Amino acid sequence: MKVCIPVEVNTDELRVAATPKTVLRLKKQGFEVFVEKDAGLRSNFSNAEFIESGAQILDSSKEIYATADIILKVLAPNNKEIEMMHEGQVILSYLWPAQNLDLLEKLSKKGVNAIAMDAIPRISRAQKMDVLSSMANIAGYRAVIESANYFGRFLNGQITAAGKVEPAKVLVIGAGVAGLAAIGTANSLGAIVRAFDTRMEVEEQIQSMGAQFLKVDIEEDGSTDSGYSKTMSKEFIDAEMALFKKQAEEIDIIITTAQIPGRKAPTLILKEHVAVMKSGSVIVDLAASTGGNCELTVDNEIITTDNGVIIVGKLSQLPSQASQLYGNNLCHLLDDMGKAENFAIDMEDDIVSRAMVTYNGDINWPPKPLPVTSQKPKEEIVEIDDSPTPEEIAKKKAKSTIYSLVGIGIFLLLLGKVAPSDFMGHFTVFVLSIFIGWQVIWNVSHALHTPLMAVTNAISGIIVIGGLLQTQDNLSSPMTIIAFIAILVASINIVGGFFVTHRMLKMFKK
Amino acid sequence: MISEQIQTAAYLFAGILFILSLGGLSSQESAKRGVLYGIVGMAIAIISTVLGEGVKGYTYIIIAIAIASVIGIIVARKVEMTSMPQLVAILHSFVGLAAVLVGFGSYLDPHTQSLHGTEHTIHLIEVFIGVFIGAITFTGSIIAWGKLEGKIRSKPLIYPGRHAVNITLVIISIVLGVMFTMAEGTEGMIYLYIMTAIASYIGVMLVMAIGGADMPVVVSMLNSYSGWAAAAAGFMLGNDLLIITGALVGSSGAILSIIMCEAMNRSFLSVIFGGFGATPIASNDDEIEGEVTSTTHEETAALLKEANTVVIVPGYGMAVAKAQYPIHDMVKTLQDQGKKVVFAIHPVAGRLPGHMNVLLAEANVSYDIVLEMDEVNEDLPSTDVVMVIGANDIVNPGAIDDKSSPIYGMPVIEVWKANQVIVMKRSMATGYAGVQNPLFFKENTDMLYGDAKESVDKINIALKS
Repeated sequence: MKVCIPVEVNTDELRVAATPKTVLRLKKQGFEVFVEKDAGLRSNFSNAEFIESGAQILDSSKEIYATADIILKVLAPNNKEIEMMHEGQVILSYLWPAQNLDLLEKLSKKGVNAIAMDAIPRISRAQKMDVLSSMANIAGYRAVIESANYFGRFLNGQITAAGKVEPAKVLVIGAGVAGLAAIGTANSLGAIVRAFDTRMEVEEQIQSMGAQFLKVDIEEDGSTDSGYSKTMSKEFIDAEMALFKKQAEEIDIIITTAQIPGRKAPTLILKEHVAVMKSGSVIVDLAASTGGNCELTVDNEIITTDNGVIIVGKLSQLPSQASQLYGNNLCHLLDDMGKAENFAIDMEDDIVSRAMVTYNGDINWPPKPLPVTSQKPKEEIVEIDDSPTPEEIAKKKAKSTIYSLVGIGIFLLLLGKVAPSDFMGHFTVFVLSIFIGWQVIWNVSHALHTPLMAVTNAISGIIVIGGLLQTQDNLSSPMTIIAFIAILVASINIVGGFFVTHRMLKMFKK
Repeated sequence: MISEQIQTAAYLFAGILFILSLGGLSSQESAKRGVLYGIVGMAIAIISTVLGEGVKGYTYIIIAIAIASVIGIIVARKVEMTSMPQLVAILHSFVGLAAVLVGFGSYLDPHTQSLHGTEHTIHLIEVFIGVFIGAITFTGSIIAWGKLEGKIRSKPLIYPGRHAVNITLVIISIVLGVMFTMAEGTEGMIYLYIMTAIASYIGVMLVMAIGGADMPVVVSMLNSYSGWAAAAAGFMLGNDLLIITGALVGSSGAILSIIMCEAMNRSFLSVIFGGFGATPIASNDDEIEGEVTSTTHEETAALLKEANTVVIVPGYGMAVAKAQYPIHDMVKTLQDQGKKVVFAIHPVAGRLPGHMNVLLAEANVSYDIVLEMDEVNEDLPSTDVVMVIGANDIVNPGAIDDKSSPIYGMPVIEVWKANQVIVMKRSMATGYAGVQNPLFFKENTDMLYGDAKESVDKINIALKS
């Protein structure tokens, strides 16, 4: 199986679909890895590093596409790239299938099996392949760093000889992965962080990251099965807007992360909100590419409004870190699909069947819905318990005890009928001794089991009595010889057993 | 000469002392007193027997006991704590041998010939059963000793149809028994001989079929047999003290076997007849994900320096390497640095019930910090470092989550829940159960290869530097 990584044609894309580290992982999974020359340059990975981790460098994208069984990419392929692909090839990249139906058509016509990394379902098993999460995590971190850069003050409060510094107040809107990452980063830089989300279930997560959860007075939960929030009622939105307006007056930095897959991002920060913000405040809009959460956001630009508010619509991607995480996500998916040896497209699989948007010439979009149980189980699963109740077990036990007691009774009666009285006397002693032994031994501490064995060994040497009783005066009698040996071995047991027990017990110290 | 009544009273007293002796072992504090009771009881028993009516041949008795005392003391003094299992096994064989001899002697005893009717028959049955159990104990213990000593390979010896063979042999023995009881005078001797040979063979095969991992069960089982052999001798001689003592020892061994089997989550019968270690295991090595990472002594020492709580899980490997002394040094060093160190002992660690406890006691490890599996398991998630020293199967996570594992269901020490696990091992070989251990592949597990004693010595040097 040959895995190929081409150069990202779009020069704005700084990431690459594999790093030297992920190449190592791919090799370990059994793949042959080919990297196009200079593919890693924009994310600071040299060709030499790739070669060192076992990849082969190919000079042209033509060779790359001709060689590949599996293509790893970041951005969706453009027309020229699709031209170079061939039937049966597998490609893993961002595809945004909902917005790019014509792209799917082209791919399916080519017979390419395309996996949209952005369409990986959000189920627990797929978390390690979820590029949206891994990239959002970076974006959230970066949003805070970027805003701190444009914001002209400290984020943390300080009391210095030169005077007191107020901590910055940060509002994070949308507590998905990006939002939570932003909350964590801002919090660790010392800012006062507040967060808002329409989904009530994230309150705990927000608080755990160190932010205050803002609420509106209207009871409405925006949670849905998909993990994204639904569109809220008008009353709720009005209340939300009023809340944002009030917050905008005192907040220094707003970070918005609200996105809805396949749709324009919701507008949350209106012109009038921006108008009441203090000069020098910063808004970082992580939804800029899908229309922006702020009315004034311009995609891929940083603007300053008339009242001095800076609105950031573009973020650097931390390319080498992002490539590493993205590459890992791809590795995990390939691992899940059977590595090189057993690589197979299993359309029954929950993950593959939903992310594989074109397969054998057919378009497989939109996928069948897959409800995600976010936290609470949807319905109580009533377990049918066949195992008997404790009372039944007790009853059964009592029954079997009675049976065995009756059996023992009959046995004893029969024995008493045939056996001589002498024997019965000994038998009584025997049985009672077993009961005593049973009770006594259970109390022995586990740590003393070895000494216990040595002691029982010694006292079982009591069999010496047998020998003592059998010894005759006459050495020529076979009985005497037999008894002599019996006494000898049994006495070794007694002496040795007691002595070694004593030795052991002497060692036990508190 | 003392009268029969006084002798009986003395026997009763000795019996009470034996019971108190075993009862004393319930705690370390009272254990030494327990041994004293046992010795006094034994002395009373022997003296009152010798002084009793009809005992002849004092010279021979004294000579035998004198020789035996010298041998016994030398052996008990010399034996290394790590070889306790062997010693216990060989001592069992002595009891078995004595039971066989007493059985033969009893048959030859002219007194036997004077019995009539049912009494005679019952006596012969007692002799027969006593010799049978004694012979099995004798040869079985010798094989167990050989396996523990490494003279016989510990792999179970299993041949097809062995159950059928064993059952046939038992049936033949029963037939011989019937013929034996019907024989006149001492003519039955031949049947007794044949049966002894058969029982000896059964004893050999019984233990040969059991794998090394099950040795604790085997040794306690033989312990139990030696008790029943003594009890059987008591019946033939009509001696209550022998019966009491035999029953005590027999039930003691049986309880130990049960405890050991529970600790391995196996039924007693499957251990005795199973040949456990032999089940060809469809090894699932390739399913285990992750890598085995190894570490160095210096890194381990550094890790220990940073840890606040350390749990040490010893296994048979510690016994083999005699690493208990340097381990005690290490524990002392760590304790001086204010760290909490405890030992976690699995019930079947080692080759004898309680084996690890004895070894640690030998190295002066305070028994306060030697804990049982259940006491430790709940604290493991908050433990910084776990050191597994020469143990394998007792820390195998497969026992909990891998239904296909042959040790599935066996309670284990859940070391992987701790922050960091160091496994000290000679190599990547599997334990006695022959099962791959997924623990070694866990991210928080590092392997430290080498002889346990040398490794701990090196860690000690690094710790003190």
